[in-house]
Amino acid sequence: MQSTLFHRAAVGLTSLMISGMTFASDWTERSELDLRPGVTQVSQDIQDLHTTVLWIVTVIGLLVFGLIVYSMIRHRRAKNPNPSSFHENVFLEVLWTVIPFVILIAMAVPATRVLVQIDDSAESELTVKVTGYRWKWSYEYLTYEDDNDIGVSFFSNLATPPEQYNNPVLAGGLFPYGTAKELVGKEAPEKDHNYQLEVDNKLIIPSGQKVRFLVTSDDVIHSFWIPDFGGKKDAIPGFVNEMWALVPEGKEGTYYGQCAELCGKNHAFMPIAVEVVTQDEFKTWVAEEKEKAASGPDLTPFTGLDQAMEEGKQTYASACALCHGANGEGGIGLPFAGTDFATKPEYLNEHIDVLVNGRAAMPAFKAQLTPRQIAAVVTYERNAFGNDTGDLIQPADVNDHE
Amino acid sequence: MSTAAATHDDHHDHHHAPTGLKRWLFSTNHKDIGTLYLWFSFAMFLAGGFMAMVIRAELLEPGMQFVDPEFFNQMTTVHGLIMVFGAVMPATVGLANWMIPLMIGAPDMALPRMNNWSFWILPFAFTILIGSVLMSAFGDGNPSAPNFGWTFYAPLSTKYGPDSTDLFILSVHMMGISSIMGAINVVVTVFNMRAPGMTLMKMPLFVWTWLITAFLLIAVIPVLAGAVTMMLTDRHFGTSFFDAAGGGDPVLFQHVFWFFGHPEVYIMILPSFGIVSAIIPAFARKPLFGYASMVYATASIALLSFVVWAHHMFTVGMPLAGTLFFMYMTMLISVPTGVKVFNWVATMWRGSMSFELPMKWAIAFVVLFTCGGLSGLMLAITPVDFQYHDTYFVVAHFHYVLVTGAIFSIFAAAYYWLPKWSGVMPNKTLGELHFWNSLISANLLFFPMHFVGLAGMPRRYADYALQFADYNFWISIGGFWFGLSQLLFLAVAVLCAMKKGEKAAAKPWDGAEGLEWEVPSPAPFHTYDTPPVVK
Repeated sequence: MQSTLFHRAAVGLTSLMISGMTFASDWTERSELDLRPGVTQVSQDIQDLHTTVLWIVTVIGLLVFGLIVYSMIRHRRAKNPNPSSFHENVFLEVLWTVIPFVILIAMAVPATRVLVQIDDSAESELTVKVTGYRWKWSYEYLTYEDDNDIGVSFFSNLATPPEQYNNPVLAGGLFPYGTAKELVGKEAPEKDHNYQLEVDNKLIIPSGQKVRFLVTSDDVIHSFWIPDFGGKKDAIPGFVNEMWALVPEGKEGTYYGQCAELCGKNHAFMPIAVEVVTQDEFKTWVAEEKEKAASGPDLTPFTGLDQAMEEGKQTYASACALCHGANGEGGIGLPFAGTDFATKPEYLNEHIDVLVNGRAAMPAFKAQLTPRQIAAVVTYERNAFGNDTGDLIQPADVNDHE
Repeated sequence: MSTAAATHDDHHDHHHAPTGLKRWLFSTNHKDIGTLYLWFSFAMFLAGGFMAMVIRAELLEPGMQFVDPEFFNQMTTVHGLIMVFGAVMPATVGLANWMIPLMIGAPDMALPRMNNWSFWILPFAFTILIGSVLMSAFGDGNPSAPNFGWTFYAPLSTKYGPDSTDLFILSVHMMGISSIMGAINVVVTVFNMRAPGMTLMKMPLFVWTWLITAFLLIAVIPVLAGAVTMMLTDRHFGTSFFDAAGGGDPVLFQHVFWFFGHPEVYIMILPSFGIVSAIIPAFARKPLFGYASMVYATASIALLSFVVWAHHMFTVGMPLAGTLFFMYMTMLISVPTGVKVFNWVATMWRGSMSFELPMKWAIAFVVLFTCGGLSGLMLAITPVDFQYHDTYFVVAHFHYVLVTGAIFSIFAAAYYWLPKWSGVMPNKTLGELHFWNSLISANLLFFPMHFVGLAGMPRRYADYALQFADYNFWISIGGFWFGLSQLLFLAVAVLCAMKKGEKAAAKPWDGAEGLEWEVPSPAPFHTYDTPPVVK
């Protein structure tokens, strides 16, 4: 966006003011007061446009407030006991209708140019389908360069452990504390640097290539937003929206974002983390993932209950705890602790079935988790939170389940 | 006002006004109904404010400390609904009830029984809404209260809505019926009951802005009613208006909602323009600059409000042409709005200003509403809106126009007309404390929201990343301070109601103009049985 006089003046003035002050490239280091310039051309164009408009409105604002303050001082009763009585001035009224109009046109021109540029998602090299779920994202790699059949997809969950954000100070009473009653008064562990931003599986994209995101949703409306890439797009069930990003070479690194449209209870708990790698690294990664996908699921049996419990605990924390509670006490989802469902042997098959195929509000997990993870988590749910069935479910049991 | 009946004119002796509770339940008197509306809206302001305190307590520090995210969402939702439908709108209806007949020289509103009904629907509507929150808070295992934001986007509010959504739908219908009846009453009164000589272009601006507001209400409240009715049938009668799986369209909901929602924004702010246009000339002791252009600007804003709704939806994936249209139209609104601000400044210019309480609030309104207007212009620039949308920058913007805009002007109106309503001057010390505390705390509360929004914090977040922590701490401090400051106004209002204070003259402000100052203070129970003649 090279252009208008306004724009050049605004950018010049700003760079003068912030010379010496550098914008942090790490998302977690906030740019102090201003919009983040981000790393893509689009995000920087947006930042420039923001700067231009901010200066225009600041000047207008200061002008108006200056006149008000001047008038309050000079035209107060003590200073000016005899008020003037003018109440019309056609020239002035036309002037302050026409001048704002001209300023608006000056803003609309660069805004239109950037908008047209953002709208052009043609000629992308990588296409990723992004699907919002309550409360996680899934990424499906559709096409890359000449490869139209990548077949790589995975889910991405919040990695911040619940102990870090559940720090209740009140036990019940006026506020239904629900899922974290047992933590009342407990000392909270120190929060990670990437608190509420880190995920288990990052979206991986190459630098220097245009990446097109096809954004949709499986349930309610979410919004896919990585501030450093510029702009957001709503993920709407039944719609496929497009957006794109081109991260220049040399800007590899991890970028964070968050869901930006209210999607229910855990709206604040479904971050987006993108790892931008070089094209070589990306190609290697894709090849590895394709190989993994082709070799079928890992059905190696667990060596014992301890191993299954260990793996199940991790999966439970990232995939189940948000709805079923960190301690299996329930919440949006049903409880496990001490329930017939999670302790009686006649429910074992149903337990596996609900995870694999879903039921009512509970989504099917067969696309989200591997048979090994499902086996581990069922084992965990039947042997944790005070449950003690001794059931050990093996990956093959889940894989055989229809 | 309880002594108002004592000042009856002699020829009204046959009239036996009921006393006690019956006086208020069965009232058809515009002054009593106006008083009911004003007290009700202040009660709702405190209730919605309490919910804001819960929100700010939770956001004081990162982590979930006080409420669970589910309850947090109920708080943001019901806070918004109460403030919009329970605090700001009924307050301006209360002002209209009290002031429009006095300003145009009419004995009462044109439809007094309907007036009674349109008020008495409201307490029931809000009992239903707030009841769902209380049930959720105190009953373990009860369904959540409405938790989908005051914008109740489908399918979060339809397929995924809690059972209490039906209570919400019923209460929104009731609020809508009340608003439409109130609006019809204003239109009929203004068109039929003006005193001889009170031509349209001689009406005070408050009457003009309310007339235009009333037309907006009549035009868009049925659209809101349509939206909630479609929700109801989607939830219970097998339709799929908003469900993509059944061939419907979740984005249709947003189009319908914002076709109501954007004019709704002007419904809340236009009466404020009228209030400020009455107060600034009174204390600048100089006629309002550009009366005619004020009327035309108000009408232009109202008309434009019908063609900008999709600027709330720039990120839903509209075609480029549609996006550009809504961007240009939205930017255009700043022209008539600018005209108004310039007219107020020109009214102050070379006046002889004094800064009594109403004037303080009015000037704070002009400055801070302009801040909100300017950030609105920034939000209109679509490419940048892609970054601002659904962040705290938007929260800052609309709280500047609605709190330091609409609500500040309502306080200005209250301080300006309380002498007329109660017959005593509002307590100056408490009033000054109320003003300065509100002014400073509101800016501590809302200004840093711009920064935390630009830094990237999404709105409606129950918990946030660590880089937003220091701003949120100060915002919360500002919030508690602002909330406590409003209790000072409660004291001011109670003192006035108890007639404690300096007795007010019929015209307590020497520069004030208008028919309302020609009747005694407090205004007698019945005024203008014989219409005044306006020259």
